[in-house]
Amino acid sequence: MAVSDTATMGTPSCTDPVALHEWYPISALVEITPGLVHRTQLLGGAISYTRTPGGSRPVVWPSGGEASGAEVDGLAVDHQLPVRVKFGYVWTTLGRPEHELFDIAECDEADRRIQNGGSIMVATSAPRAIENFLDMGHFPYVHTGILGAEPRTEVLEYDVEVTDEEILATRCLFFQPQAALSASDGQMTEYVYRVPHPYCVMLYKSVPTDASRMDVIALFCQPMTEERVRAHNFLCMVDAVNSDTALKRFQQLIFGQDKPILENQSPRRLPLDPRAETPIRADKSSISYRRWLSAKGLTYAVIPATAPSPTPAPTPAPTRSS
Amino acid sequence: MMKIYDYELSVNCYKQRLLLGILGVPYESIPVDFFPGWEHKGEAFAEINPLGHIPVIDDDGYILRDAQAILVYLALRYDPSGLWYPVTDPRVAGEVASWMAFAEGTTNTASAARLHDTLGYPFDIDTVRAGAQKLFRVLDDHVWFHEQQERPWVASAPHPTIADLALFPDVMLSEQGGISLLDYPALRRWTDRVKHIPGFTVMSGIFPAPAGAAPAGAAPGGATVGRPR
Repeated sequence: MAVSDTATMGTPSCTDPVALHEWYPISALVEITPGLVHRTQLLGGAISYTRTPGGSRPVVWPSGGEASGAEVDGLAVDHQLPVRVKFGYVWTTLGRPEHELFDIAECDEADRRIQNGGSIMVATSAPRAIENFLDMGHFPYVHTGILGAEPRTEVLEYDVEVTDEEILATRCLFFQPQAALSASDGQMTEYVYRVPHPYCVMLYKSVPTDASRMDVIALFCQPMTEERVRAHNFLCMVDAVNSDTALKRFQQLIFGQDKPILENQSPRRLPLDPRAETPIRADKSSISYRRWLSAKGLTYAVIPATAPSPTPAPTPAPTRSS
Repeated sequence: MMKIYDYELSVNCYKQRLLLGILGVPYESIPVDFFPGWEHKGEAFAEINPLGHIPVIDDDGYILRDAQAILVYLALRYDPSGLWYPVTDPRVAGEVASWMAFAEGTTNTASAARLHDTLGYPFDIDTVRAGAQKLFRVLDDHVWFHEQQERPWVASAPHPTIADLALFPDVMLSEQGGISLLDYPALRRWTDRVKHIPGFTVMSGIFPAPAGAAPAGAAPGGATVGRPR
C-alpha cells in the first residue's frame, strides 16, 4: 500500500458540507472480494470496504490499521458508513445526505448491457473530469478518427437547461467517424448530457444500429482527494454483437486518450470564477456546470470565486450565427 | 491470421502492435479483460499462458509469450530487411539483447508505477519510481552520448531496432506513474524520433508527433527499414 494512502488514515480532510453530505461510488460491487479488506480514499480520508461472507452485503468503514488484502468479517465491523448499491457500484457517504441517489431509467430495460468499464485513477479533480466529459470540442483532437475528425470540428449550437437537481444539455450534434464499437461508418451523432450530481455525469447517445434508442455512458467520480479522482466508467449499452470485454476495451481506449489531457490541465482544481478561464461556444454546458457548482456553494476540488463579479457574468454562449 | 491476446492500455501489448504496424503485418487483436476483469489470471487463460501475462501471440498455431521474445520472433519472421533485429552484426545484436533485457527493468519499475497510480496495483510506489529514475538516468546518458556520435537509436546501428520499440512505451507513459520526463531531455528527443518512424501507430495516452519536419536521424533509416512491400 502506498505511503500516501496510509498518511491520512481514517480522517477526511474535507470540511465542505456540500461535498460531505453527498453519495460517492467507491467500487463496482463485483470487484469486491467477500471477506477481504479493500482500501481506497474518499475526500482525503482512507476508507476500507468488503463484502460479508457469502457476498451479500457490502460494508464500508473509515480505515483503521487494517491492511489491504487482510481477512475481515464484515458483520463484525464497528462504525459502518451508510451504503447504497446502485448501477452495480457501492456508494457511501461521510455525511448525512438528505437526498437519495439519482436514477437512470434505461437501466431497467431488459436487453441493456450494464457493466463497469473500469475504475481508473487520474491525477486531476473530479470537476475537471466532469467538464472534459461534457466537452465535444476536443473530440477531433483527442479521439481522432473515432469520436471526431478534422476538418469537421464544429460544435453546433445546443440547448442547456439547469434546475437545482441537474443540468441537461440537449440537441448536441457532432460528426463521428466511429461513434461506438457497433458503428460501421461515420455519422452525425446526437448526444444528451446530464449532470445530476456534482461529480457524476452521463451522456446519452444515439445507438448506431437503432436510432430510436440511446446508449448511456456515465462517469461516476470518486474524489479521492481534491486533486485525485477515481473515475468509474459506467456502461449501459444496446449492443447485441460485441462482447463485454470488447465494450470495455472501447471505453478504456477513449478514457485512456483523455487521461493525459486531464493530467496536464492546470490548475487541477476547477476555477469557478467566471473570469478565470475564457469560455468559447463549446463551453456552454461547462459554464452552466461551473455556475451550478457555485450556486450549490461547493468548495471541494474547485477554486471558488472569491468575490462577486463587478459586472454581470458573461452570457453562456452566443447564439448560432450560421 | 496472426492473433494477439491484447489489452489496449498494456505497454507490452502495444509494442507488438507497433512493430506489426511498422512491418505492415495484418493481425487480429483478441481483447483480454485485463482490467477490471483479471481475465489473464483466470483458469481459462492459463491454458494459453500459465504465467498469466499478456501479450501472447498465436501465429497460425505457433504460440509465443513474453513481450521481448515476441518482438524477436516477429522481426525475424516478418522483416525481410533483417534490420529490426540485425543478427548478422554480433555487436549490434548483443546491444539489442542488452537493451531488451533493460526493458524488463523499465516494465518492473516505470510501468509498475503507472499501474499503481492508474489501476491501483499494490506496489511500493516510492521504490518503483526510484528504480525507474535510476534506469532512465542510465538510458538518457546513453542516448545523449549516442547523439554526440550521430547515432540516433539505442543500438549502434544507423536505423532503429526492436530495442527502441521495447523501451519506447515505458518511457513515453512514465508521467502517468509520476515520473516526469523533464529530467531526461535526450529521452524526449529520442521518443520524438521513434514517433517519426514510418508506420508508427499510437496507443491510448500516446499522441502522434505534431505535423512538421522529422527530427534529424529519423527518416533515412526508418524510411527503408522493415517495409517489405
